[in-house]
Amino acid sequence: MPSNSHTFYPPAADAQPLSVYTERLTKRFGSFTAVDAITFSVAQGEIFGFLGANGAGKTTAMRMLCGLSKPTSGCAVVAGYDVARYPEKVKQSIGYMSQRFSLYEDLKVWENIRLFAGIYGMGKKVIASKTEQTLAELGFEAERNTLVKALPLGWKQKLAFSVAIFHEPEVVFLDEPTGGVDPATRRKFWELIYQAAERGITVFVTTHYMDEAEYCDRVSIMVDGRIEVLDTPKALRQRLNAPSMDVVFQRTVEKP
Amino acid sequence: MSHRSFQFSIFHFQLVKKEFRHIFRDTRSMLMLLLMPVVQIILFGFAISNEVKSARVAVFDPAKDAFTARLTERLHASRYFDVARQLGSAAEANEAFREGRADLVVVFSENFGENLWRTGEATVQLLADATDPNQAVTLTTYASSIIADYRQELLAERSIPLRVRAQVNMLYNPQLQGAYNFVPGVMGMILILICAMMSAISVVREKETGTMEVLLVSPVKPFTLIFSKLAPYFALSVVNLATILLLSVYVLGVPVSGSLLGLTMLSLLYIFVSLALGMLISTVAATQVAAMLASGMVLMLPVMLLSGMMFPVENMPAILQWLSCIVPARWYIAGVKKLMIEGLPVALCLQEVAILSLMAVAFIAVSLKKLKNES
Repeated sequence: MPSNSHTFYPPAADAQPLSVYTERLTKRFGSFTAVDAITFSVAQGEIFGFLGANGAGKTTAMRMLCGLSKPTSGCAVVAGYDVARYPEKVKQSIGYMSQRFSLYEDLKVWENIRLFAGIYGMGKKVIASKTEQTLAELGFEAERNTLVKALPLGWKQKLAFSVAIFHEPEVVFLDEPTGGVDPATRRKFWELIYQAAERGITVFVTTHYMDEAEYCDRVSIMVDGRIEVLDTPKALRQRLNAPSMDVVFQRTVEKP
Repeated sequence: MSHRSFQFSIFHFQLVKKEFRHIFRDTRSMLMLLLMPVVQIILFGFAISNEVKSARVAVFDPAKDAFTARLTERLHASRYFDVARQLGSAAEANEAFREGRADLVVVFSENFGENLWRTGEATVQLLADATDPNQAVTLTTYASSIIADYRQELLAERSIPLRVRAQVNMLYNPQLQGAYNFVPGVMGMILILICAMMSAISVVREKETGTMEVLLVSPVKPFTLIFSKLAPYFALSVVNLATILLLSVYVLGVPVSGSLLGLTMLSLLYIFVSLALGMLISTVAATQVAAMLASGMVLMLPVMLLSGMMFPVENMPAILQWLSCIVPARWYIAGVKKLMIEGLPVALCLQEVAILSLMAVAFIAVSLKKLKNES
């Protein structure tokens, strides 16, 4: 492999403990390098936007961070655990919501909560009291016994997010969490994300919507397996002299 | 943030419960899974058996003497034939076939009794509708043997000293009942098809909806995941097994002549192998339709052709015999034949048990490995 120069991206200015930290994290499939020695870090409680065109290596990088696939080289530490050595510990400390919103449609609202809380080893009493709290926060008290398939898509996504952070993970990974909903519903969804971040949960989110990228504390854009740019949305706009994140993204991805 | 220690367990209670809910809330599929074995065993047990029962016989008897009357009576008394009508002329035979009112026509020669008494020889003609060659052969064979029996009897009456009688003993299935051959085969086929289909579809459905991803990211061990998923389908298959056994014994009339406990244990092992096979299929199939086709269609052919269900394994070319070794149904069917039909002790099924156990371990191991590398 040709050796590229790799910039080290320091954490945000108001330095807090790190929730995610990678150094020259690499994944190769045969001769194809999907993730090419990326180095970055995410502070605790930060909302980190992980952008990139399809096939840029976002998903592969995220899978390594979730403990699902082993890095070819380099290392990643998530919630204080090396993903290659302690994938089980990592899995225990993170939450995950996939782009297909990932709840069971034929289970009721409370059954979904009960199931995933149980999977993360929470006790019965804690689950019971926290379920009440969560349903109240979402305004879902009346929907406790509703089958998830009967909920509108925006509600499902809010519920899926609440389920993903129900066990109070240190980091929650959101893989295109708001696919297919309108900007107004997305805004409401992001209110939940802000609440979670305020409680100290680190949010690691991939998205295709550039209005969402604006909501993030910091944004990285991946191109061909490498992190091309990484900064706050404001700084990126200024640096590329772009009116919006949309233009920032276009210019970064299409750079020859 | 607290990190709860996670202990190793085979089942996860919440996951098992969730799987049961999937089953019970999809009433239509559940009923289908429970009724499928009933329909199949009745279909295969009755319709596809090649035995003949109560075939309609028409008789043309110009002689009308004591011998023809007795022979006709013999045919009628046999459970294979019903003498339905007497014909007025030999020409009416054609008519009887064409109108579908007879399966076999027996034509006695004129002066049948007289000839027989005087010359020791008389002819009787058997006419069968050979548009179904198998049935025609079976019918004429049965009728010939009844006639031969009658001849033997007459010889005995005339007490000719030197006579040869071949005695044929039918082992294990003295009444030559078709169900005896079919029940083990049908059991082997129904169980593997239903079990593999159930477990394959349940996993692939989760892959399609994306929930599998969430489970894999969770701290639940893939091993626990697989077993929690299989447990409810195992329970459902036990109900199916009970249905199949009850139908075999009380409807098809095939008793369990060996150890019922042994047969049950062998069947539970086979159910587990089949569920694990479905798990394996699910790692390859991307959609529910593909999983259904793979477990339904692709599995059906080798099971039907290579398991010994239809064609005896011993008669196959060597290469097919080798191939049949990897068909789990082959070993199960062999075991069921031993335990259920031949009534042999469980100790003689150790080879089958060992091979099926090996298959179970192999299927689970490969599925686990695939699940861990899942994209």
